[in-house]
Amino acid sequence: MRHVGILLKREFASFFATPVAYVFIVIFLMMSGVFTFYIGGLYERGQADLLPFFNFHPWLYLFLVPAMAMRTWSEERKSGTIELIMTLPVTTLEVMIGKFLAAWLVLGMSLMLTFPLWLTVNYLGNPDNGIILAAYFGSWLMAGAFLAIGICMSALSKSQVVAFILAVVVCFLFVLSGSGVLLDAFEGWLPNIIIDTIASFSFVTHFEAISKGVIALNDVGYFIIVIGVWLYAGLVIIENKKAD
Amino acid sequence: MILVNELTKSFGDFVAVQDLSFDIKAGEVVGFLGPNGAGKSTTMKMLTGFLTPTKGTIKIGELDMKKARQKIQSQIGYLPEGAPAYGDMTPLQFLRFIASVRGLKGQDKKDRIDTVIEQVELHQVLNKSIDNLSKGFKRRVGLAQAIIHDPDILILDEPTDGLDPNQKHQVRELIKNISKDKIVIVSTHILEEVTAVCNRAMIISNGVKLFDGTPIELQKKSRYYKAVSLRMSYAADISGLAELPGVADMEVEPKTGTVTLFPENDAVILPAITDLIHRNKLPIDDLFVEQGRLDDVFREITEERVVS
Repeated sequence: MRHVGILLKREFASFFATPVAYVFIVIFLMMSGVFTFYIGGLYERGQADLLPFFNFHPWLYLFLVPAMAMRTWSEERKSGTIELIMTLPVTTLEVMIGKFLAAWLVLGMSLMLTFPLWLTVNYLGNPDNGIILAAYFGSWLMAGAFLAIGICMSALSKSQVVAFILAVVVCFLFVLSGSGVLLDAFEGWLPNIIIDTIASFSFVTHFEAISKGVIALNDVGYFIIVIGVWLYAGLVIIENKKAD
Repeated sequence: MILVNELTKSFGDFVAVQDLSFDIKAGEVVGFLGPNGAGKSTTMKMLTGFLTPTKGTIKIGELDMKKARQKIQSQIGYLPEGAPAYGDMTPLQFLRFIASVRGLKGQDKKDRIDTVIEQVELHQVLNKSIDNLSKGFKRRVGLAQAIIHDPDILILDEPTDGLDPNQKHQVRELIKNISKDKIVIVSTHILEEVTAVCNRAMIISNGVKLFDGTPIELQKKSRYYKAVSLRMSYAADISGLAELPGVADMEVEPKTGTVTLFPENDAVILPAITDLIHRNKLPIDDLFVEQGRLDDVFREITEERVVS
């Protein structure tokens, strides 16, 4: 694991050497502003909290995070650097973790840069800052789960476009699985236990639980397990088809 | 010391490398020759631990690739085909990154980076992004990264492909300089390269080893090895040439009028020929001893295989 730091540094720098990080951060901030004020109606609600801001995060991540993750392995394959990195004395696991952490840090930075919103609600009223902090934490965890899926899909294909589309589709399933639309469709003809299981896979359900200010082990554990499983799947894919 | 035993790699039904066995000692500079798709790159990818062999073993020193991949990889410097590098980095950043991964630290790291920059002459492009470099410079960055940790084993996949003659010369000089007590494996399909830098040549075709010996031995396989070619300013009587002792055969190229005399076995025929030229006062423009035509040998060896 001693190489993770070096690999992370390279990946992180690469996000800023190519404009990926800047574009991501700018779009993320703009979109969250639009969602919070125009669609979420932060002012009109007359409540000092950031719910309208956090509610849209799953939908924002749905497109933005796969766009950020799509290059992680696809690019290595396409340019042949995968051969270089895998013949250096590092393990694939170290590379994987380095890539994940670097992108996750960029996501964390983007989240941190939304601090003016937090200042705004604090200026306007007396929000429960504990809840807001929990929601930030939950949002970051959820972003990590989106990211792990995106990285796994990137490991599948040389083409970034394919990686992006696959990631969006898989992420969409995870977002949708808790929504009323999907669950209503199953209601009545599937046993409750299956419906509950499907619902429990939802990013949204777990995220909403955390953003209410309750950092429960099962919600946090859920995201950590999702991250672990998808990164491991990506690792297996890379090990098996690195030469393709 | 590299020991390769019955190395086989197949991709589905396609067998890229088949039962390849060889050993390489320190000080040897091995040229891997073969047509495109012969299995050279696949073999190198297995030697560097990128691909796992379907069958067979690779041992480097006392270490087995299956058990000690990372340890072996730290002893190897590798330039993959096409010299891939992270395009968004500058050569300096890239070399620093590779040096760190290779475990170099502090002053040692700085010194090594300075040395390799000197060796491959990267000064002028150190702070440009690799994406914007010319092919020659990209290749040099790849070479620099391969030798940065002063490896015992250097594996270069087509290091001179696509370079201009000056750059080729430079790369060859570099290989010659590092190769003293190390193992260098170079793959190429440029035959002159083998005689220029290698002391051992291995020809692989369709994943099978077809020749393994010194470059001289390879040249000896040519019927032109030590043959004497001559050209005359005007037609003269050359009947005596074919009868000289040691001359096995004579051929006249109708277009250019070049006469080629082939020796019997390893006979030295030049003195006898010059004697005859003097005696008969032949109008010689040009006279030279052939070194063996590697292209012909290469084609013979690799095409035999296709026919059979």
